[in-house]
Amino acid sequence: MYTNKKQNTWKTIDWVTILLYVVMVAAGWFSICGASYDFDYAGLFDPSGRPGSQLIWIGLSVILIFIIMMLDSDVYDIFAYLIYFLIILLLIATIFLAPEIKGSRSWLVIGPVRLQPAEFAKFATALALAKFMSSHGFKLTMPKNFGIALAIIFTPMLLILLQKETGSALVYLAFFLVLYREGMSGYILLAGVCAVIFFVTVMKFSEDIVGITPLGELIVSCMILAITLCLIYFACKDTKRLKISSIITTVILLGGYITSLFTPVNYAWIIIGCISIISCYLIGTSIYKRLWSYGLVALFAFGSIAFLYSSDYVFDEILEPHQQVRIKVSLGLEDDPTGAGYNVNQSKIAIGSGGLTGKGFLNGTQTKLKYVPEQDTDFIFCTVGEEQGFIGATAVLLLFMVFILRLIILAERQHSTFGRVYGYSVASIFFFHLAINIGMVIGLTPVIGIPLPFFSYGGSSLWGFTILLFIFLRLDASRKQRH
Amino acid sequence: MENKTKDILDNRRFFIAGAVILVVVIFIIQLFSLQITNSDYKSWADSNAFLNRTLYPSRGMIYDREGRLLVYNEPAYDVMIIMREVQPFDTLDFCQTVGITKDIFDKRIEEIKDRRLNPGYSSYVPQRFMKQLSAKEYGVLQEKLYKFPGFYIQNRTIRNYEYSNAPLLLGNIGEVDKRDLEDDPYYVQGDDSGRSGVERSYEKELRGEKGVEILLRDAHGRVKGKYEEGAHDIAPVSGKNLTLSIDMELQAYGEMLMQNKIGSIVMIEPETGEVLCMVSAPTFDPKILVGRQRGSNHSELEKDPRKPLYDRSIMATYPPGSTFKPAQGLVFLQEGVITPNTRYSCAYGYTFRGGKPACHGHESPLGLIPALATSCNSYFCWGLHDMLDDRKRFATIQEGFEVWKNHIVSMGYGYQLGIDLPGEKRGYIPNSKVYDNTYNGRWTSSTIISIAIGQGEITTTPLQICNLGATIANRGHFITPHVVKEIENSSLDPLYTDKRYPTINKAYYEDIAEGMMHAVLSGTCRGAALPGIQVCGKTGTAENPHGKDHSVFMGFAPYDNPKVAISVLIENGGFGATYAVPLAKLMMEKYLNGEISEESKYTEEYLKNAVIQPSHVYK
Repeated sequence: MYTNKKQNTWKTIDWVTILLYVVMVAAGWFSICGASYDFDYAGLFDPSGRPGSQLIWIGLSVILIFIIMMLDSDVYDIFAYLIYFLIILLLIATIFLAPEIKGSRSWLVIGPVRLQPAEFAKFATALALAKFMSSHGFKLTMPKNFGIALAIIFTPMLLILLQKETGSALVYLAFFLVLYREGMSGYILLAGVCAVIFFVTVMKFSEDIVGITPLGELIVSCMILAITLCLIYFACKDTKRLKISSIITTVILLGGYITSLFTPVNYAWIIIGCISIISCYLIGTSIYKRLWSYGLVALFAFGSIAFLYSSDYVFDEILEPHQQVRIKVSLGLEDDPTGAGYNVNQSKIAIGSGGLTGKGFLNGTQTKLKYVPEQDTDFIFCTVGEEQGFIGATAVLLLFMVFILRLIILAERQHSTFGRVYGYSVASIFFFHLAINIGMVIGLTPVIGIPLPFFSYGGSSLWGFTILLFIFLRLDASRKQRH
Repeated sequence: MENKTKDILDNRRFFIAGAVILVVVIFIIQLFSLQITNSDYKSWADSNAFLNRTLYPSRGMIYDREGRLLVYNEPAYDVMIIMREVQPFDTLDFCQTVGITKDIFDKRIEEIKDRRLNPGYSSYVPQRFMKQLSAKEYGVLQEKLYKFPGFYIQNRTIRNYEYSNAPLLLGNIGEVDKRDLEDDPYYVQGDDSGRSGVERSYEKELRGEKGVEILLRDAHGRVKGKYEEGAHDIAPVSGKNLTLSIDMELQAYGEMLMQNKIGSIVMIEPETGEVLCMVSAPTFDPKILVGRQRGSNHSELEKDPRKPLYDRSIMATYPPGSTFKPAQGLVFLQEGVITPNTRYSCAYGYTFRGGKPACHGHESPLGLIPALATSCNSYFCWGLHDMLDDRKRFATIQEGFEVWKNHIVSMGYGYQLGIDLPGEKRGYIPNSKVYDNTYNGRWTSSTIISIAIGQGEITTTPLQICNLGATIANRGHFITPHVVKEIENSSLDPLYTDKRYPTINKAYYEDIAEGMMHAVLSGTCRGAALPGIQVCGKTGTAENPHGKDHSVFMGFAPYDNPKVAISVLIENGGFGATYAVPLAKLMMEKYLNGEISEESKYTEEYLKNAVIQPSHVYK
């Protein structure tokens, strides 16, 4: 029975994903060689050097994989809450036990080994979430269930925030993609995405004023108006009220234009006034027709306006100064190549200097000469960009894309909700890491310190991602026995 | 209903997968813009990582015509500081060792750290704390250096001089200014280049070619080794050595005689145009314009009312006085105004204009040779009159004057001769338009008669005066005077080897030379006579509106096969015969005989001790 099951596991496991894993880990190791190359000392296999110790981590990962594969797939289901509970305890303990390293208290130091429990909390949270969402009678639309799901996600996130590892904490937002797949209203996702886009736009254009109209507010209010009108059509399926709203909009805009001929006008206010009138009209409709959807659209419109005018306050009062600077620099609002923008600037220089084909393995001058801080951990991708060029960097991006798409396919083919939720958790976490890490390295997103899976140097992250992935592969291998 | 919801949820996978693909596509677009379309990052990366360290060549050395070393390079020591490595140390001890005060020390540290003054500052990279310590200061500091962590010594070279003579001729070097940087891309901020004299005019030969060493530099500015094992390095090429035509012993002797006087001595070897000595008095020791004291000493010299930085041999313009008469004689002979036998009368002055200009007692009427010997003013006034006022000869005075002017200019007057030194002045020879403007087109030789005797509008440099001597010595040609005789592994500009012929027939020079010989034998410059050597000369007394006349002598020796041409000018020295003549005699004696005879010792002593300085200098 035992041997039979083991044979089954190796037969049914998804070798495509394993191949992608092996390729990425190998490419990651070579990138670490390039990034940590030292002029005075070039030993790649020395265990005291970074390439050498990464090799040890990789070797230990293989053992880890075997252990994960040996265990019965039901183990993960049965012990999901226990694992989650233990990890939560570990996270709490870490806050008090960890010494302060680079401003955060997230590293447990045990002799020569340093572990970051936050990296292991991801798979534990994914297991707990999968277990909860696959429980009998679970419905995400029930507020109580939704609340518990959020609690499972936010508890480790909060603890990691207390460890001052903002980047690792933000990764937990990836679970919203899972919730979305499992039935969470798309509007919540829409609201979240809108909030980010509105915020970035307002910040980006905070200095620009056309006439007496602040450009940022104008653009955002136009977006709100457009989304509101779209929602009337898509959410309420009400062409009549869309027409009436459009007429209201046209009349108010014309009125605003005529007024502007005589006196300077703040167009943002005109559009916001327009949105308010439409929203009031929708609330009236909602009460009259006793349909929630109109009210929700109005709520979205008012909420957006409130968000628009409170984001300045949030930015100035709630975010810490270094976070403000990071956001501003990454939006190009502040040009500070020696200060906060240094990393990104140097990283862009390193990648940009790679050209089409790159400078070749171990020939990157920028990385070799340590111009990019954290170049073997968070900024590892710039080594790829410099030494392997556009071709190599694109290849790595496509590798990740295929990998994540493959995970989605695997998740979709699960027979059990547990397997699917866990699978989507894995895919979402990898996607979030990819988007934020590479976005940061190529200067598109704010500098948020999270590793690039399988590439960034470090045992904790390699192990964390390996466990996360292979538990899923184990579940997938025995998906047919699970329902 | 249940199934419909399930379908909707199942379709969400496409939305999620689409988001993944969208993000990757956006990233690839950004990578494309960074790596393919934007080339700035490449050059930024290079300027990040490559440190092009300049390897300075050693500057060419300078020798005199006898092979004596004049200018060479000497090690100097810059004190460098790496801020990052500085640890607490005994500041007072350090300041005493390098001879500065604590205030200067603090100020210097502030300056180094100030990124506005020192844009490339990095605490990892050596910064220049002090320039050019002497070998002695270096020795003391070197012993104590272990006590001052973070301080280092960097070797440089500075110029040093074997002789304390000829500062203006040799010139000096200093940091390049903005104009040099704009004119010549060879230089970068902080480089040295020749600022004056030979150092400047032969800068390109002396400086050599800088080399470059391409080093790799890490993010902290620390050097991490050579780029590709130095495959792209360029070795520096040393500057070329120069051999001057100057005889430094002669130069030193001239400067010694000219002490406490203001003026100039120029000596040229007629055959080659080589300048043998070029004294400009007052002078100073070239060593004071080297090293840390350069700035303050230079401004001291600038403030000196005697203007020691002003090279009087080529920059000062004086009326040539009677030394101009041989040139006049040549023009008259060439134009057929006179023959050697033509006689003019003189009655203590130029009778045609009522005895002005005046002359002194001598036979009358007299021919060309005695006129030169006695320096008769009237003779040359008559000559100019016959040339310019004879309407059968030239239709207008303007035409005649232009002919006269062109002859004079062909002898090297009125324009820069083209010596290989910076700053040469051209002097002044007027043309007919000048007089037309001044005199409303109505003028005769009488109007401008002072030019007949080298006064009036005419001005010349001592070098031009000497060049006339060389031209007569050569009996009709000269080679552009120059101070550099040889450039190592290179040849001289043809300008300094080609003969230049004035528009005067060679035959006429013999008469002029004879007249000059008689001036020494029996005329105005008997004081220039040397036993056994046939000296030819012409005195001059240049009228000076600001004070006492300048004493001038122009000559060459010997009469046959001349070896040397000379001009001496002593400001406010009075008659030519008083100071310029005996001084010229000593100089020629020194050069031709190699030593000063017992008979001349008295003259030497007398001249050496003479103090001739105009009172206005000390106002």
